[in-house]
Amino acid sequence: MNIVYKFRDETNEEIEKIKSNFLLEVNHLSLTIERVGKGSDVEHLHVIRDFHLNIHQGEVVAIVGASGSGKSLLADAILGIHPKNSLIEGNIKYENQPLTEKRKKRLRGNDILLIPQMTNALDPLMKAGKQVESFIKQKNKQKIVKDIFQKVGLDPAVYHQIPSTLSGGMIRRIFIAMALASKVKLIIADEPTNGLDAEALDELLFQLKMLANDNRGIVMITHDLEAAMKIADKIAVFYAGETVEIADRKNVRKAGKFRHPYSRALWNALPQNGFVPIECSQPSPAEEIIGCSFASYCPEATKRCGTEKPELREVENGEMVRCFYA
Amino acid sequence: MLAFHIGKFILKRTLKFVTLLFAVVVLTFMLVSLSPVDPIQSYLGAEMMVVSEEQKEEIAEYYGVNQPKLQQFFKWLKMFLQGDLGTSLVYRQDVLSIIQEKFVASFALMALSWSMAGILGYALGVIAGMNKGTFADRAIKLYCFVLASTPTFWIAILLLIVFSLWLGLFPIGLGTPIGVVSEQVTWLDRLKHILLPAATLSVIGVSNITLHTRQKVIDVLDSEFIRFARAKGEEGFTLFKRHVFRNTLFPAISVHFASFGELFGGAILAEQVFSYPGLGLAIVQAGLNSDVPLMMGIVVFSTFFVFIGNLLADVLYTMIDLRMKNGEAI
Amino acid sequence: MKYHSISFGTRMAISRKGLLLKLLGLLSLFLIFVIGGSFIGEEQIEANMSQKNLGPSIRHLFGTDWLGRDMFFRTLSGLHLSFRVGLFSAAISTLIALILSLLSSYNKYFDAMVTILIDLLLSIPHLVTLILIAFVLGGGVKGVVVGIALTHWPSLTRVLRAELMQMKTAEYVQISKKLGKSRIWMVRNHFLPQILPQLLVGFILLFPHAILHESAITFLGFGLSPEQPAIGIILAESMKYLTAGMWWLVLFPGLSLILMVAMFEAMGNNFRKMFNPQ
Repeated sequence: MNIVYKFRDETNEEIEKIKSNFLLEVNHLSLTIERVGKGSDVEHLHVIRDFHLNIHQGEVVAIVGASGSGKSLLADAILGIHPKNSLIEGNIKYENQPLTEKRKKRLRGNDILLIPQMTNALDPLMKAGKQVESFIKQKNKQKIVKDIFQKVGLDPAVYHQIPSTLSGGMIRRIFIAMALASKVKLIIADEPTNGLDAEALDELLFQLKMLANDNRGIVMITHDLEAAMKIADKIAVFYAGETVEIADRKNVRKAGKFRHPYSRALWNALPQNGFVPIECSQPSPAEEIIGCSFASYCPEATKRCGTEKPELREVENGEMVRCFYA
Repeated sequence: MLAFHIGKFILKRTLKFVTLLFAVVVLTFMLVSLSPVDPIQSYLGAEMMVVSEEQKEEIAEYYGVNQPKLQQFFKWLKMFLQGDLGTSLVYRQDVLSIIQEKFVASFALMALSWSMAGILGYALGVIAGMNKGTFADRAIKLYCFVLASTPTFWIAILLLIVFSLWLGLFPIGLGTPIGVVSEQVTWLDRLKHILLPAATLSVIGVSNITLHTRQKVIDVLDSEFIRFARAKGEEGFTLFKRHVFRNTLFPAISVHFASFGELFGGAILAEQVFSYPGLGLAIVQAGLNSDVPLMMGIVVFSTFFVFIGNLLADVLYTMIDLRMKNGEAI
Repeated sequence: MKYHSISFGTRMAISRKGLLLKLLGLLSLFLIFVIGGSFIGEEQIEANMSQKNLGPSIRHLFGTDWLGRDMFFRTLSGLHLSFRVGLFSAAISTLIALILSLLSSYNKYFDAMVTILIDLLLSIPHLVTLILIAFVLGGGVKGVVVGIALTHWPSLTRVLRAELMQMKTAEYVQISKKLGKSRIWMVRNHFLPQILPQLLVGFILLFPHAILHESAITFLGFGLSPEQPAIGIILAESMKYLTAGMWWLVLFPGLSLILMVAMFEAMGNNFRKMFNPQ
């Protein structure tokens, strides 16, 4: 389901207006962690270097990158719950207004919701239902929660259970229930598909898509390109702390390939596309990178790639790529 | 189900304790029989010169002084099992009844200071942990650090100087006013006499519970569910009330129960400074006056006291554990 | 690039080396005083009836007592005494911990025995055990040293035991075993060098506890004899003069003791953090 499809009845002018009104817009975001390394020396970790993202209402954008590339910190940075010894730079706009730390604090849980990666994100000593209730402002909370539980396929009795007695799949449904109970417009799902079997995964993706169809924006952070290809409208490929490509899913399907060499490597690693193993690792976040971050692994790299850093540039219709030659 | 598990647990612990207690009793008896103290002399004290040899023989017979040690031990053990801990030489009274009487006073003191230290310590630990790295945290940590290096009896003397001597707010010592018949002692009097020793123990006792709570709060704040709670917009006191409190309170209480040994030791010192007539004062008197029966009685009793504390601590922990497994929320 | 919010922990870690140096400096300064205490002759703490009951002043920093003895010098020699008793008993306790932990890592019967010993010792309040032992040994330095040495080893034993258990499964130990190296050889060449840091830290951390308990037991009257100017004795005696308003008899000796204990505690903690950074 695409945004254009959604607003089919409106005039072109209106569509343009809505399209330019991003729900969330992130430009040149960087996050640096300062910590003590070996021998009491201060070490700077550039976990996020140059990140870009934009998302409309009703859209699903997947941020795809390798595991352990600091993607979870992206969510933290946007929500303003990043570690104290880290510094964030760059522009984040929410509904066209700069998203300051103060505003993040106000919007967390009210406008923006995190769907956490770990199933241990629920308070181990609190009843499951009680943890969903905090999103509901009206009276008769218990009944509303139980209704929502039924909607997401949970037994209402789960209301009284504590997390240690629930399976991973059930806890994921509770997260979805939270999204339904809340009035948020933007959902950031952090690796929502981790550890789910094929059936549970499809169901979860369906539920996420439903949330998007209800006019919410969904940012799905994942290492699973296959899952992303199922529901995302746009795919943002994340490598070495940078957005290396933002692609329209339909175009990728049509062309059968991505533009950026790294994205293509990810794509070719999928079973249905040849299962070519990826032969690159992430550069260490402690490293300063000159030139293109992917140059040392790129089969098409030239001298220029080693000395000059490519900027993310628009190719067409909002699709972007960070490569001189794509 | 829960009650059954807890019951089984308590039974297992109690059996272990009984063996341990037996070992303590044997060890204490061995130690005491090695000591150079002459029971007849310590029993008679100054009367030693006046009493005839025959009477001394009689007393020796009564105490079984001339019997082999092993026989003495079994005789003592038999009496002990029958609840006869012997007669105190200092107080010239049945040891069990002295312990009962003194424990009431010590219990009031320890209960008061234990509760005060617990509440204060938990609160300080939460403040420090929730504000890790701030001035408040550093101040609280420094306080705990200094207090851990401070002798209990010195704090006691300091409080005595400031509040009793300089400000005149409290009496200088004893459990009740001197020369007042016990029926006429008012609750206010008792409170006045107990407050300073209790304050001493609290000031010292806070340290452990504060540092433990602080660490626990920091651990909880570091957990995934707090990250999520923050992502949901929970902050400050709401965060504490909804998540931190229930996840740190029981461990804190549990640790606090496990500190009964320290508490008892502290009480000995505080009672000494304030001449508060509890078990602590009694064991010091017993030790200084070679009152072996009373000494042994209090050693055994203090073992029991520590056991109760540890048992409560463990039961609490097991209960949380079982509840989490069985899925009942607290 | 500017960093607004470097965590306190980070700064602490950076300055740990510096802190340790400062502590060492302070401690050596302090030790000079304490060791100097052994050179304090009788004349400095001699009774001087013309100087009695004086408050703190330039001439008598900590004041004088009811016999006109200078409290500063009495405190110094008291600290010196506490230091020696603490050093001696902490050393014995560390040795006990070392032997017992080696024993318990030897086989499971010894291990069970050591566990029972630890349980036994922890089942009685420390101070009660100390009173009992001091009473049995008839008080004096011997009673205090033996008492503290016999009561303070459990926590260190546990630490060392855990360390040794872990070491036993290490590959190089297994190889030595296969090569037929003797127990003693392995203890000397593998175990001892490895647990040395833990042993040192444990010793330093035992020290403040030993001193505190020495002063407590002495204060109660079971420890050092009244002729010896231990801090516990000084404070116990000063109790009699409280009503006379001689607060300095209590304040300064106590503060000095705290200072000494706290410095050892701080040093031990910093050493520990240096050896096993979290």
